[in-house]
Amino acid sequence: MSDPSEANDSPIRLIDPHVHMSARTTDDYERMAASGVVALIEPAFWLGQPRTTVGAYQDYLSSLVGFERFRAAQFGIRHYCTIGLNSKEANNEALAEEVMEILPLFLQKEGVVALGEIGYDDQTELEDRYLRKQIELAKTFDMVIMIHTPHRDKKRGTSRTMDVLEEHGIDPRKVTIDHNNEETVKEVLDRGYWAAFTLYPNTKMGNERMVDIVREYGSERIFIDSAADWGVSDPLAVSKTFRLMQERGITKEGIEQVCYHNALACYGQSGQIKETDWTNPLPVDQRNLFHGNSVLRGGQEPRVDDDSLVIE
Amino acid sequence: MGTTTETARSLLERWLDSRLGSEPSAWLAEQRLQLDEDRQFYLAFALTPRKVGKEDLSLSPGELAEAGACCAGWDPSAWTLDQAARIALLLASSEAMFPRRLEKLCAIGDIGEQISLYQSLPLYPKPDLLTDRAAEGLRSNIVPVFEAVAHHNPFPCHYFDDAAWNQMVLKALFIGSQLHPIQGLDDRTNEALATTLIDYAHERWAAKRSVNPELWRCVGPHLKSSWVDDLRRAWDTREPMSREAAALAAHSANVPEAAALLNADPVLAERVRSGELDWAFIHRNLTS
Repeated sequence: MSDPSEANDSPIRLIDPHVHMSARTTDDYERMAASGVVALIEPAFWLGQPRTTVGAYQDYLSSLVGFERFRAAQFGIRHYCTIGLNSKEANNEALAEEVMEILPLFLQKEGVVALGEIGYDDQTELEDRYLRKQIELAKTFDMVIMIHTPHRDKKRGTSRTMDVLEEHGIDPRKVTIDHNNEETVKEVLDRGYWAAFTLYPNTKMGNERMVDIVREYGSERIFIDSAADWGVSDPLAVSKTFRLMQERGITKEGIEQVCYHNALACYGQSGQIKETDWTNPLPVDQRNLFHGNSVLRGGQEPRVDDDSLVIE
Repeated sequence: MGTTTETARSLLERWLDSRLGSEPSAWLAEQRLQLDEDRQFYLAFALTPRKVGKEDLSLSPGELAEAGACCAGWDPSAWTLDQAARIALLLASSEAMFPRRLEKLCAIGDIGEQISLYQSLPLYPKPDLLTDRAAEGLRSNIVPVFEAVAHHNPFPCHYFDDAAWNQMVLKALFIGSQLHPIQGLDDRTNEALATTLIDYAHERWAAKRSVNPELWRCVGPHLKSSWVDDLRRAWDTREPMSREAAALAAHSANVPEAAALLNADPVLAERVRSGELDWAFIHRNLTS
């Protein structure tokens, strides 16, 4: 199973269910499409620098359902997003109040597959308040929730988040707990949630550790993402891990669940992401998203020669 | 609300009633009763595709004629169910609420919402006050949003001044869009536009890039003797469509050198004069 092209008779299809494309370049879109990514989910998050006005926040959310969606489609990738107030910016109470006012305007837009990413960062009182308020908002709109778990004090932060979700009566099957590691995975799965793993150099998971986790816990309710953003990160993390799992003898079925089917099943509960979106798009989506260009569908755009010095 | 707005709303509602099942129809009727409440209105607008679907509206020739009678040039032939339902809801807003709602929806619109909003510009109350909004749509980097203003839409030719019109035509060429679906293209050509387009053709050639054959459509009627060499350059390329476009432009020009150029290829000249070759033919070839 060392050669992926021999191991599969059908083309590789991947979903990266957590990647911040606004911070990435068209080169990344090209490489992701060439590696088999057919769809991705861009969660609303902070931009590395805090926003100071609700207008800045509104324009960011608009770009997630607008230009970024179009940009991705030009590379044959279907773009979806999640909408929410992230935990860092929840600490600016005045801003947070205003953002909570505009969130409902965005939650029902096309391609919004969840409310998120929400959760704890420093686990402050304000973070707790806006986590709870947004959980209630998700209940009102019957939405899937994408949970960001904290970098620091992760294990306790993750347990506490699940406690809060349960306190609010949320069905764990409608929640992804993201950024898991060896320390959190068991409890998350045992409590019935979807467990996502972020392959992000240095601060989150490495993909050899990921292979071990799939060996130990199987592939049910587990999926992976790159969470690539403006930091040192890798938008090809899903495809690299796909290949590593092949090399290390994980079953084809298991790999496809972790790299494609499980994310689709989880966020498909929103009704906003379906396999036919990329295998057989509606005429209007073909016209407007892919601009009538069937060549671009399914990541079939020919690769640009990386070695060429000529720019035309 | 003006007559056009009222008539368009009732047409849209009638077309939807004859197409939607009982559940989406009931949902839409319920939303109409809550239109005065901003929050409910914005939610309904966002939710519309989930409730009524995104299938093509597929209007009959008779229905399309009704659209044209309501607003000259209104062409909903490529509209979808959700687009019709959204605009029916928006048009039912009171005249006092309308401008604020339109601005808000444009500011927070997803791609589908923006397309719906911009393609409906001529149906809105006081459309003459919406030229800045239309120009904003043309600034979009999302090509189908640009085209919602520029294509199959009578708004630009009725309300744009020459400066805005010329920018739209130039941008259409610049982003690789088409000119043929722009309404009033031949009526609104002007010398300033032709001059800009000639400069643009020179820029393209200097960069060793091709020139969109449709460019010559807006140059032909204003062709100057000093531009004939440029037209000849288009004529002389190996690309058959480029020569066909140059022939059409020469036919529409008023300088003797252009007639001489056209007559140099009697077969092509005959195709132009008989009407067999026209700009629609060029457009079909460009987009096929």
